[in-house]
Amino acid sequence: MYQFSGRLKTFSLTLIVFGFVGLAYSFYNGSQKTLEDAKHAIEAANSDAHGGAHGEAATPHAAEADHDTHVVKTDNEAHAAMMHASEDKETTHGDAHASSEAHVASHDDTHATHVLHQLQNRPWSAFYVALFFSLGLTLLVLTFYAIQRVAQVGWSVVILRVMEAITANLLPVSIIMILVLAASVMHINHLFPWMAEGIFDPESDKYDAIIDGKSIWMNATGFMLRSIAYLVIWNVYRFLIRKGSIKEDTANDGNKTYKKNYNMSVIFLFLFMITESMMSWDWIMGLDPHWFSTLFGWYVLATLLVSALTVIAFVTIYLRSKNALPGINDSHIHDLAKFMFGFSVFWTYLWFAQFMLIWYADIPEETTYFVARFTEYKLPFLGMVVMNFVFPILLLINSDFKSRPWFVFIGGAVILMGHYVDVFVMVMPSTVGAQWSFGIPELSAIFFFIGLFIYTTFSAFAKANPIAKGNPFLKESEHFHYYNIEHTGEGSGDHH
Amino acid sequence: MESSKVIHAFYTDDEVLLDAVKTVKAAHHHIEEVFCPFPVHGLDKAMGLAPTRLAITAFMYGITGLAFAIWMTNYMMIDDWPQDIGGKPSFSWAENMPAFVPIMFELTVFFAAHLMVITFYMRSRIWPFKDAENPDPRTTDDHFLMEIPVHNNEAELTSLLNKTGAVEINVLDKH
Repeated sequence: MYQFSGRLKTFSLTLIVFGFVGLAYSFYNGSQKTLEDAKHAIEAANSDAHGGAHGEAATPHAAEADHDTHVVKTDNEAHAAMMHASEDKETTHGDAHASSEAHVASHDDTHATHVLHQLQNRPWSAFYVALFFSLGLTLLVLTFYAIQRVAQVGWSVVILRVMEAITANLLPVSIIMILVLAASVMHINHLFPWMAEGIFDPESDKYDAIIDGKSIWMNATGFMLRSIAYLVIWNVYRFLIRKGSIKEDTANDGNKTYKKNYNMSVIFLFLFMITESMMSWDWIMGLDPHWFSTLFGWYVLATLLVSALTVIAFVTIYLRSKNALPGINDSHIHDLAKFMFGFSVFWTYLWFAQFMLIWYADIPEETTYFVARFTEYKLPFLGMVVMNFVFPILLLINSDFKSRPWFVFIGGAVILMGHYVDVFVMVMPSTVGAQWSFGIPELSAIFFFIGLFIYTTFSAFAKANPIAKGNPFLKESEHFHYYNIEHTGEGSGDHH
Repeated sequence: MESSKVIHAFYTDDEVLLDAVKTVKAAHHHIEEVFCPFPVHGLDKAMGLAPTRLAITAFMYGITGLAFAIWMTNYMMIDDWPQDIGGKPSFSWAENMPAFVPIMFELTVFFAAHLMVITFYMRSRIWPFKDAENPDPRTTDDHFLMEIPVHNNEAELTSLLNKTGAVEINVLDKH
């Protein structure tokens, strides 16, 4: 039986306390923001970013025109027209403050209020990013676990309890999620633009016909009910399967409990695929209510799944180093790393598929998403592709590296940071726009959720037998050996 | 000629074969070849064969395919017959790169896969209509065959192989 060591417990509690203090400070700071701060921020943005943006926009056009003249002369006019179209698009669909020149004096105050909301949103957004990431990856660990049960996977039985322990994080983060979403609905924060007053009121000057057209889906009651439904479904499955899994250890009833757990997991996976997509529309796509992408649910799924696998690998490596996981060997680590590698590629595929179709079609209502990210978030937006694709590809392509804990750790750390940035870039452009940075609010939120994760995971792991010894495939898992690698601490003769 | 003599030892189980290979290697005999009806995991390591370099060639073929795709799309869509790509008439390869990614991906895979198969065939010296090289047709059914060259040690080898669970041991002249 594993003992949750006092040192690790202190460490996790310290993280929670540090995170909490930092968050309290950030929220206080955010609530103190005034219109004056907003105006300062606008001035600062105008003085440095504005000139730069214009210069940038001008150069490629000049170069293009140059190039065109000697290739296809008659095309120049059409080309000029297109350039105009693209500039128009930027002014109307980019964030309003990208075109502050166009603003007349009377609009300055509305603009300042908008920026003020963004400044006030920052601690909320920082918290929301870390919260969603923590909730999502815990949920995907639960899903991966359900997949193991439904597919009756043999190799992973020795780490089933690790996955189960991680899912203990689901309940606390779900509760926090409900509180944050309730705060949004009650206008305590301005994360979701469609919740603002007057959006659905044709009389109001804030009336938004596009959002009003989506009001069947986008209304506060429906939003809250759906959110609660998702979280309840996931948590109920988590509660039941954990109970069923522990019962399996001592059941000895001809696999009756095992089959019951199988059936439960089938139902969960069915519900999960529906709720996950809807959750990504509600909680992430809803931040950008005009914009939509049909594969967004899959894209979020890929992000969270690769993070979930990385976290499973991390906890497994840690527990193995503490000798808390009997029966585990290098092949299990190798398999987890293969999944990390494979789903990194899968994520890139979806990321690019979403980008390419929108880029190709070039429809203004779709391109807004990428315009916002290419203008104000260029470094994190493109940097994460390097972190989530190029780096894991190069580091984990070698079969030998995939079973070496240090390589898996380094690759995994970059993957986790990369996917945090991914969620950051999903959320921030719509909530804080140009007012983003990375500082105390973001770090505190990360600390808080890492601390919570460590505390819930390891105290749950200490509460049950570290090996699911009632599972009929346990033997297969203990003997698991991927033929191409040699296990550390064994000769090559030991493997059959 | 004495040195062209070989021993053929037959086995009916892959695990027994694997142990036999290890025993023979431990006694410092050279194993010329093992014929199997299906791939036996770990056999190459037990026989002391060098790891395959096919993965390295696959990587190089992939890079070749990628380079070819870049050249090809640039030649077709930009140089030879400039095309307006999705309403973006910039006539620059770099600016239209996203449109070419699927082609680059496909040709990378195409080159890597096909050239790797061809390399594998050439390296294994097999081609269409070639006569089978396996010394006994049973190795395509349910028998495993280990071939060991004999260097005046026929009796020693035979007794060693007998101990490893061989179901049949033949000494014969290799042409």
